[in-house]
Amino acid sequence: MLRFPLWKTILTLSATLIAMLICAPSMIGPANRAKLAEVMPSWMPPNAIVLGLDLQGGAHLLYEVDRADVVKTMVQNLRDDLRRTLREEKVGVSGGIGMNARGVQARLADPNDVEKIRVKLAHLVPISATAPGSGLDISNEDGLLRLNITDVAIDNKVKRAVEQTIEVLNRRVNGLGTTEPNIQRQGDDRVLVEVPGLQDTNRLKEIVGTTAKLEFRLVADAGYNPADVDQLDQTEQLGKLPVEKQVMVVGEDLTDAQPGFDQRTGEPVVNFRFNIRGGQRFGEVTSANVGRPFAIVLDNKVISAPRILGPITGGSGQISGRFSVEQANNLAILLRAGALPAKLSIVEERTVGPGLGQDSIDAGKRAAYWAAGLVVFYMLITYGTFGVFANLALLIHISMIFAALVLLRATLTLPGIAGIVLTIGMAVDSNVLIYERIREEAHAGRSIISALDAGFNRAFATIVDSNVTMFVVAAILYFLGSGPVRGFAVSLALGILTTIITAVTMTRMMIALWYKYRRPTKLPI
Amino acid sequence: MKLLRLAPENTKFPFMRFRRVSYPFSAVLSIISVLLFLFVGMNFGIDFSGGTLLEVQAKSGTADLSYIRDLSEHLNLGDLEVQGFGTPADASIRFGMQPGGDAAQQAAVEKVKQALGDSYEFRRIEVVGPRVSGELVQQGTLGVVLSIFAVLSYLWFRFEWQFAIGAIIATMHDLLLTVGFFSITQLEFNTTSIAAILTIVGYSLNETVVVLDRIREMMRKYKKMPTDQLIDMSVNAVLPRTLMTATTVFLALASLVIFGGQVIRSFSLAMMWGIFVATYSSIFICSPTLIYLGLRNEHAGRAETATSGRP
Repeated sequence: MLRFPLWKTILTLSATLIAMLICAPSMIGPANRAKLAEVMPSWMPPNAIVLGLDLQGGAHLLYEVDRADVVKTMVQNLRDDLRRTLREEKVGVSGGIGMNARGVQARLADPNDVEKIRVKLAHLVPISATAPGSGLDISNEDGLLRLNITDVAIDNKVKRAVEQTIEVLNRRVNGLGTTEPNIQRQGDDRVLVEVPGLQDTNRLKEIVGTTAKLEFRLVADAGYNPADVDQLDQTEQLGKLPVEKQVMVVGEDLTDAQPGFDQRTGEPVVNFRFNIRGGQRFGEVTSANVGRPFAIVLDNKVISAPRILGPITGGSGQISGRFSVEQANNLAILLRAGALPAKLSIVEERTVGPGLGQDSIDAGKRAAYWAAGLVVFYMLITYGTFGVFANLALLIHISMIFAALVLLRATLTLPGIAGIVLTIGMAVDSNVLIYERIREEAHAGRSIISALDAGFNRAFATIVDSNVTMFVVAAILYFLGSGPVRGFAVSLALGILTTIITAVTMTRMMIALWYKYRRPTKLPI
Repeated sequence: MKLLRLAPENTKFPFMRFRRVSYPFSAVLSIISVLLFLFVGMNFGIDFSGGTLLEVQAKSGTADLSYIRDLSEHLNLGDLEVQGFGTPADASIRFGMQPGGDAAQQAAVEKVKQALGDSYEFRRIEVVGPRVSGELVQQGTLGVVLSIFAVLSYLWFRFEWQFAIGAIIATMHDLLLTVGFFSITQLEFNTTSIAAILTIVGYSLNETVVVLDRIREMMRKYKKMPTDQLIDMSVNAVLPRTLMTATTVFLALASLVIFGGQVIRSFSLAMMWGIFVATYSSIFICSPTLIYLGLRNEHAGRAETATSGRP
């Protein structure tokens, strides 16, 4: 008991000091934080603790990539590819190519043609973008050719779609100019978008949720063939407009888009530039169709349908559509970032206003101060001098939790604060176990020094056993929980780890020093 | 300075004698809890039932609850609850899942936003879709089951099997009574409540382990003592610590209930109930189980062979 080596003392004290320095920036306001950063050594993490969205306010939006939409696009592409292949290989079909939920079918004029094109067909849908192999099940019953897309191919495509979605959303949300958005995959087909400190989530939702598939298509002439035309809605609610199915240029061929104002009318517009391929194609089509209106189609809605006044060969253009300034801004962001590969829908939303976040911080602080005050007072009146040691250990314990949270860049949530408050109550448990054991041993007739020794040694096994159980629970909560609950698990787990350091090592050191200098004849508890 | 002692020195309460009372008493409470859960049910929050929760604050004056209620009912949102909470300016609006998939949920929120106009600030918007709520139910259940199994295997490894059985019975008892607590108080049950339940499981096991640890130690020391006497002695020995820790945790939780704000109140209240039940069960449920499972005979026999086997 008495032998608490000097190196251990130094190590313990420096750990305490470092912990306190690390959590110092979190304890003071942002104004003082900058001043503090100047005097602190450069290797110290200057960061304050990361607050969860429930404390700083912000939006947590969980999106799901629409798997059905991905499959639908795959089937449509498969139909187009099959049609082209049949034409190239000069294979005749009776009737058209039919589509179903999982693939396409066609009746071949000559059933034996299948073998001729089987290899080509197998390549129509790859199993994934990178791996070799076919993603199609091909069957042929007397000339009824069926091509079904396999589950694996769909899964891979969905996975790829999620990756692309994340890339696109990163560009879009960064375009909004918000601070530190967090966009990440969640599970197989979900994307989590977290944006802190946002007042109005409507704009965010608009920017994230829009597919933004842009197409330039000619408006159909009078006397069109209905099979070649889509009847599309117009944004201005002007009724349907017949638009040719064939797409002239697509949004992927844009290199830049910026909001601006029309020089004549002063109306907000979006100016864009094509890449070389898009510019050439746009030039060709506009040269050949002077005088006809063409439609600018966004997500199957006609934004506007201006008349082609002359060939547009400069590779740039302008979209006008009676936009507000914000709409023009949004559209420019969307066009710059590119289209989403599939539709997104919100499956979970949690938005906290900054006002409520601050209220929660205040409430959490108040609860923590009261809890700490009450526990400290109670330990003091129960254990006297030893209570002071326990309270010092408790103070160090709390700074260590904060330091660990800062170092791990873990997020502090409201349940996380509750977890810390709870560990204030539980951290002293180790001290209580030790002290009660010391008392018991002293009552059993041991000398002071041997009672102290036995108290620490015997209580230690119990402390480990009882904390392991709690730690297991915290670990499970961490892996299964999400967001705020995860914050609770982190605080709880860290609290358990640091309590073993502080309650056992720190208290032991303090009592060893106390014994060395006081040489007591009687235990103070 | 005269120090405060919660428990008198050297208590000799015959705790085990109460097992004939505490066992039936707890059995009845557990059954009542199950019945309450089945027939009254819990007040599931939107995390588990799906739906929308809005918290609004009047920008000036107080929140006009009946006005909000009226407005929202005009919007035809189905089962709708409007409640005041916190300050008089605050109100919460909760409604169930709207028919028509994820987009319909968003549209409903938009409708309420427009209806309440500019006189209210929307402080919290939570929309949980059907698939997410289903998954949260799964995860929550899995969490509770997993943690019990994980901790039990640890106990099995560290103690005799009777201890593990005793611990699981005590833990199940605490779990059931907490479920009953949620049913009877109709506190909202959401993902943080699962966190509360798991913490109660942790605390309950923590209490149990402290008692069991001491019983094991006493068993090695007093090989000939009858089991009930031995357990009584152990429980009495750890009693000061049990009361002391229960009090400090209680003080911390009371601070959370009173000052921690509305959001975590049900979490803190449930946990307060939990430490009370866990303290009770570690003494009156877990320990007597050891007697029923015939701990002593087997252990004493084994201990003696072990000693005689050594040179």
